[in-house]
Amino acid sequence: MKLTATIATARRVLNQLRHDPRTLALLLLMPAVLVTLIRFVFDGKEETFDHLGAPLIGLFPFITMFLVTSITMLRERTGGTLERLMSMPIGKLDLLAGYGIAFALIATAQATITAAVAFLLLGLEVEGSATAVVALAIANAILGMSLGLFASAFAGSEFQAVLFMPAFVFPQLLLCGLFAPRDEMAGFLEASSNALPLTYAFDALDRVSSDGSLGSSGSMDVAVIAGVILLALAMGALTLRRRTA
Amino acid sequence: MNSATTTAIAVEALEVSRGGRKVLHGLDFTVSRGRITGLLGPSGCGKTTLMRSIVGVQIVEAGEVRVLDQPAGSSGVRGRVGYVTQAPAVYPDLSAQENLRYFARILGAPFARIEETLETVQLDGHSDRPVRDLSGGQRARVSLGTALLGDPDVLVLDEPTVGLDPVLRSDLWETFQDLARRGKTLIVSSHVMDEAGRCDDLLLMREGRLLASLTPLELRDQTGEEDTEKAFLRLIETEGEAQ
Repeated sequence: MKLTATIATARRVLNQLRHDPRTLALLLLMPAVLVTLIRFVFDGKEETFDHLGAPLIGLFPFITMFLVTSITMLRERTGGTLERLMSMPIGKLDLLAGYGIAFALIATAQATITAAVAFLLLGLEVEGSATAVVALAIANAILGMSLGLFASAFAGSEFQAVLFMPAFVFPQLLLCGLFAPRDEMAGFLEASSNALPLTYAFDALDRVSSDGSLGSSGSMDVAVIAGVILLALAMGALTLRRRTA
Repeated sequence: MNSATTTAIAVEALEVSRGGRKVLHGLDFTVSRGRITGLLGPSGCGKTTLMRSIVGVQIVEAGEVRVLDQPAGSSGVRGRVGYVTQAPAVYPDLSAQENLRYFARILGAPFARIEETLETVQLDGHSDRPVRDLSGGQRARVSLGTALLGDPDVLVLDEPTVGLDPVLRSDLWETFQDLARRGKTLIVSSHVMDEAGRCDDLLLMREGRLLASLTPLELRDQTGEEDTEKAFLRLIETEGEAQ
């Protein structure tokens, strides 16, 4: 591992976003706007908003980072810059870690803004701490990034990369327990939801939100998320090839 | 001098297939250090595939490619080979300056090299604008600059002068000759035959095979043609008669 290459990559990715203020604004502000929307959809039903608020703050970064990473990496592949980097003395993990740091920073800003709006302006109340919600949001952002990295290897165009988002993410959102409790689903769906990482991300957020702390099964959730991140990064590194056909 | 000190690149029985089709049919040649070797041939004859094999980013079916006495693409040689792809491989949303700064950090090149390089590729005046707003020729020069940054011993340039105006093209060739005088080895591909005269050695390719490996003078003597394009055609004819 070369730290200079990792930091240089993180700075470069952030620099690219800096040159694209519209994307940056969408990344940072859109979740806050959507949370506000949801707050007034459930106007007068504060307990519903309290129930949904924390999971939403925590899951937005997963979705946005999945999209942003898969498209950025696809551009890196199709633009020839990945090939150039692979002909240079940079390790694959240095490159991935650089991406990880850059997107984790963006996710931190995104989740902090969303949480500030939800807790301070919209009066969201949860049992646990707002910091724990933001921390889980950052973990979910890195989860989304690592899965997006892996998914980008299978996208041949930006159209495909964008459509991978609903394909990869929507089923997980539907099955994670956010829309309906998992034990009320058809048996085979509940079983499949056990194999999907977002189920654990939602469970951890729900525990912080309703029980006030992660507890032992919440800690287990975090361990599963960490495991999936490492696995997806390892598989993502395998898709970065020095030699191609 | 033994061959290890004069040979920069040695290719032996190189075979490459892409998408189930054989693209290179057993190439054998060597490239000398400190010289400009022109890789000439029509589009689609396998020039890019050959260059990718030399850089070590191409999956090779059979044969061997050694660069500076090490297997092509091995970690010992990766920082010593500069590669410029046909399409400029730089970040379009960053400026030339920012592109070079990033790649300088990856290569461990001192930042003083960035200004030097911008001067070499004559981009000093345009280094703050995003690359996407530059002209095609300027973009190509940002890409070339990136390859020059690490002061590589071997430069592999895939059609570096396509679409450039004649003055700039001539300037770039002077830069290449200057690099060769400083002991750098250059492989420059082109489908424009009139660039052959500026090279020290020539590799002529057609349909994935090597037609000839000779100097521009030898090419003229062998074919009796002054014009490289005609000389190339004459070579193909004699090849056909021989078969």
